[in-house]
Amino acid sequence: MNEHQQTLLEFMQQQADKLAVQTMQHIGLTFISLFFAVLIGLPLGIVIARKRQLSGSVLGFAGVLQTIPSIALLGFMIPLLGIGPKPAIVALLLYALLPIIRNTYTGITGVDAAVKEAATAMGMSKWQILFKVELPLAMPVILAGIRTATVINVGVATLASFIAAGGLGEFIFGGISLNNTNMILAGAIPAALLAIIFDFLLSLVQKLNFRKLKRSSYALPIVLLLLSSFYFIPTAYGSKLTAGFTPEFMGRQDGNLGLESKYGLKIHTIVISDAVMYKAAYQKELDVISGYSTDGRLKAYGLVVLDDDKGIFPPYYAAPIVRNDALKKFPELERTLNLLSGKINDSVMTDLNYRTDYLHQSPERVAKDFLVNHKLFKPARKANEENIVRIGSKIFGEQYILANMYSMLIKGYTNYDVSTKTGLGGTKICFDALTNNQIDFYPEYTGTGLLAILQASSKTINEVTKNKDSTYNYVQREFKKQYQISWLKPIGFNNAYALMMREQQAKSLNIKTISNLKRYLNSK
Amino acid sequence: MIKVKDISKHFGKVKAVDTISFEVQEQENLILLGTSGCGKTTTLKMINRLIEPTSGSIFINGKNIADEQPETLRRGIGYVLQNNGLFPHYTVAENIAVVPQLLKWDKKKIADRTAELMEKLHLSSDYLHAYPNELSGGQQQRIGLARALVSDPPVLLMDEPFGALDNVTRASIHKEFKALDELKRKTIIMVTHDVQEAFELGDRICLMDKGKIIQSGTPTDLLFSPPNNFVKDFLKDQRLQLEFKAIRLLDIWDLLPDLHKTDQSPTISANTNLWTGLEQFKFTDSETISISKDQNEIKIIGFEQLMSAFNQYKNKQGHE
Repeated sequence: MNEHQQTLLEFMQQQADKLAVQTMQHIGLTFISLFFAVLIGLPLGIVIARKRQLSGSVLGFAGVLQTIPSIALLGFMIPLLGIGPKPAIVALLLYALLPIIRNTYTGITGVDAAVKEAATAMGMSKWQILFKVELPLAMPVILAGIRTATVINVGVATLASFIAAGGLGEFIFGGISLNNTNMILAGAIPAALLAIIFDFLLSLVQKLNFRKLKRSSYALPIVLLLLSSFYFIPTAYGSKLTAGFTPEFMGRQDGNLGLESKYGLKIHTIVISDAVMYKAAYQKELDVISGYSTDGRLKAYGLVVLDDDKGIFPPYYAAPIVRNDALKKFPELERTLNLLSGKINDSVMTDLNYRTDYLHQSPERVAKDFLVNHKLFKPARKANEENIVRIGSKIFGEQYILANMYSMLIKGYTNYDVSTKTGLGGTKICFDALTNNQIDFYPEYTGTGLLAILQASSKTINEVTKNKDSTYNYVQREFKKQYQISWLKPIGFNNAYALMMREQQAKSLNIKTISNLKRYLNSK
Repeated sequence: MIKVKDISKHFGKVKAVDTISFEVQEQENLILLGTSGCGKTTTLKMINRLIEPTSGSIFINGKNIADEQPETLRRGIGYVLQNNGLFPHYTVAENIAVVPQLLKWDKKKIADRTAELMEKLHLSSDYLHAYPNELSGGQQQRIGLARALVSDPPVLLMDEPFGALDNVTRASIHKEFKALDELKRKTIIMVTHDVQEAFELGDRICLMDKGKIIQSGTPTDLLFSPPNNFVKDFLKDQRLQLEFKAIRLLDIWDLLPDLHKTDQSPTISANTNLWTGLEQFKFTDSETISISKDQNEIKIIGFEQLMSAFNQYKNKQGHE
């Protein structure tokens, strides 16, 4: 951990560039959607003020839109519009619609009937009445609606980062997943300030008298467009490829920060949640993504991992970790578990994950097929019910498969009985279960052992992550010393952070390593 | 000039206006009088097509108004509303300039005409850039009148124009109204529920009830030859005052003896009504007043003579 606790101000200074970009994007998103919401909502409000029988259904529909949770609305947008600014703008627009339609309607129907009658009686046409009488008189109410919509949009726009549309949500959600308070505040405070400032400015416009209002209502669309254009300023420095990184990856030293400092990689980056990232790469909306090297979707979507030739991603080699007293109690256990050692490399693990995650085969079947194919499978022997080995696993597919394999191996090669406790939440829950003698072993990753369990200092991390063996040796030594827990031989695959691209694109651009990628980006 | 023929207006089953006809002569001031809901305002609004009649037709200068563009028709008809209907977001000058702008007058012409009207209506030009809510009720109503008069339309429709004003303001505006030369040239139809106002300002009165015209005639016709009890009852409360106002000194000229005295007070015209004559006694504190007919014939009379002539006239009317 850092020797010196970073203050919020230092964080903001250090990240000033990003903060500026995100703020601009945030303002841009808010006002592009607001602009279109006014463009649609104002005429709709006018129409229902004229044809009142429509008002119930239109206002009702806009009201229903308002009640859809914002995350869900963004989710609905992805199948329709993909990722990026388009679905975000549409979702924000839908939120902004209700206050604008409703206030336009209320404003126009609230104009004094005598004034409207006078206008008609003086020979004004319907359009003249609308533009010279109704709209100017309804303007304060309409502006109040726009003001409400603006504040709503500033708030909802923070969620846009989930679907790679940028904005201050990148810091907020990155900070949440990295447990970095400074980062959360660096996003949340400017977002709150934006809401307060725009609300205040619009309240000033609202208070203008009629004479000034006339002028400012011409200026309003121009100001809206100007603020909208903020969104495009950051993306104007385009690069050849577009990267999509998770908020967590963006803020990690063994993530984007490392890519920038060690590789000098400068790529146009958007922040996106990992739920949609792989598919977006497949659909060519993104070119480079930050994924996990053994994720099944790698295979499902035809992606390849770029070689980390400068070694910024710490190795996450998987190996079973066992309590020392369990090794004594079950003398045959170590030999049995080591049967898997070196048998599963990255692409094999990816394939196994692909079968469970994408083809929806059961982990049990996948495990058995694998063991049979590698001639490791033996039918279960008669078990001695006195000696039960307790296997744990974390709560994702890869760990289920491994737990099943170990269970089959133990049953086939020894007389021990097996009980499995799968789905043990996160690292902490699994590890606590192990140290408290609730389970005997579970598969763990070297990187997790180093960073999450041992919480090594950054100096140590730099030293030991140079290659996979030094990491393995370090965690093996420290675990034995601190916890009386043994790391058995690595299974073979490395489930680390990785940059990945579409196989076809990587081949045609001749990019195999991250250094290749950098060279390609720098070549003009 | 305006001919209303058999018009009806039904709102659902309610016959707001039920087959009525009347005519208004050029430069005449016709009052539509009646209680609320009698159909007078609906009738008025059909003349500039704010309301379309269910049946019947209206002609202005022989042209059926149903054949005209409503906007064009309305630009040629001045309209004054009870609550003035001024645009709150326009200055006084902009309010007055609405119709000229629709008619595409040039700026100079609009400014000149506005200044002229402001002066005629006794409004300071300081108000030109004020907003309506900065003015008093009486001033607002004058601006409303100016707005209706600005393009000098031959026809003026007025919907309870003085209804929202207090009595003192109303009396002074009535006086201005009668003195305003622009109005003397106009054909005016005015709606009111105020009997006094009707008698004071109207050349002829249409008394309406339940969508029908009960009686149409001059104020004296209404007072002295009512066709039924409804008319009598309608005028009952204020009858004496109405009679004083309806009867002109000219009507009783032959019944007035000349006392052949000398009188120092200013001479009043026989065209004024009895009420003015009575007021003259109060103003001058004199035993007698002098009345001139057609500038050449002058009679000097006392209070008793005036009242006796009035009684004789009334008796005569009753027996006709």
